[in-house]
Amino acid sequence: MKIINAKYMKDMATDETVGIAATIDGTDVTVSLDPANRHYEEIMRQVAAGDLTIADAD
Amino acid sequence: MSKAAELAALIGSQTALSNRNLIINGAMKVAQRGTSSTGLHDSGYYTVDRYSLIFGNEDELRVTMTQNSVTDLAGFANSLKVQTTTAESAIAADESYYIINRYEGQDFQQLKYGTSNALSTTLSFYVKSSVTGTFAVAIYQTDGNDIIGSTYTINSADTWERKTITFAGNTLAAIVDDNTNAIMIDWFLAAGSNFTSVNNTSWGGYETGKLAYGHGTNAVATTTNATWEITGVQWELGEQATPFEHRSFGDELARCQRYYAERKNGTGGSMYYGNTLQAYGTSSIYGVIADYPVPMRATPTVSQSGDFGAYTASSGNNGMATTIGNLSATSHAWRTGGWSGNSNLTAGHAVVLYALSNAKLIADAEL
Repeated sequence: MKIINAKYMKDMATDETVGIAATIDGTDVTVSLDPANRHYEEIMRQVAAGDLTIADAD
Repeated sequence: MSKAAELAALIGSQTALSNRNLIINGAMKVAQRGTSSTGLHDSGYYTVDRYSLIFGNEDELRVTMTQNSVTDLAGFANSLKVQTTTAESAIAADESYYIINRYEGQDFQQLKYGTSNALSTTLSFYVKSSVTGTFAVAIYQTDGNDIIGSTYTINSADTWERKTITFAGNTLAAIVDDNTNAIMIDWFLAAGSNFTSVNNTSWGGYETGKLAYGHGTNAVATTTNATWEITGVQWELGEQATPFEHRSFGDELARCQRYYAERKNGTGGSMYYGNTLQAYGTSSIYGVIADYPVPMRATPTVSQSGDFGAYTASSGNNGMATTIGNLSATSHAWRTGGWSGNSNLTAGHAVVLYALSNAKLIADAEL
């Protein structure tokens, strides 16, 4: 799974972090912060391995 | 055996008379992502729902995966078909190529795995290939990291054959009762020697060498235009394969939508979503766009394709960017946490979103 451009996403109204915007295998997606989500699991694995950094939300 | 004796045997075996098939989309009826995908070289879900292609370290291999229309197998209209468009020159020790089917643990508690009463199961399927020979199948249980495997032989090229494999129950480890990936069924099309060296014919701890034990031919991957297709997949309790249990398209679609769902505008005009959002300030809208068709396995990854618009009573249909901004997921719906691009909104006014022709929202909660 090729993941680039990972960045936390915030809700404009509540300022709550609601997901991670990223490009996965060439597609722009928003990954939910659910440990059972396979993309979230892979993002966290790559972060732990030092292969990916998640940018702060705007 | 008479019909009465067959029925008595079925009841006596504790095999269910309905809902026997543990497999989702076994007749390959549902292909929400599309019916054909070409030039495939990376692992992922393409075309037929719930079946993922896995590529392991191939160099040249490129394939096409289709939901194929079947005309030569009575009772079935579709199959999952892969065709090699660029052949791998040779399968090295560390290369593998297979199709995988993943399942949640909470749907398999009836197998009684991890107990002395673990139940045997039988996997049956129809397969047709331009390549004859011996192919490996494995069942991997993530909880416990256990594996068992077997093989089947395609005897005649380009001919549908029904294969039946019975597996013992796994007494070694229980399946965790949750929504995570617990069981994987792997159909191997190619496997290097790293994956075929250790006997896997009884349940045991996972080793790489057990993954495709007994796999005998890699010609599907090493032959240009080689084909392999499968349908009528059934996995059931007991040691006897029963006739394939057909389900309606609607039933299979709903089962698949637990893992992947789209809200696509297949009409020529605009398709309005039913939910009402709200203008937030003068330039953004905010709220839930549309519910998922069914409750999904987990809060999904969401994405979009095509162009969208927003209609407001106060400012009409103008000004919004064509891509929904800040698209995100809740446990039950697509939403936007602030889609900006308009300067004519009135705070607090209602807004309705619509998809232009062929635009779609996507939710992916696959295992």
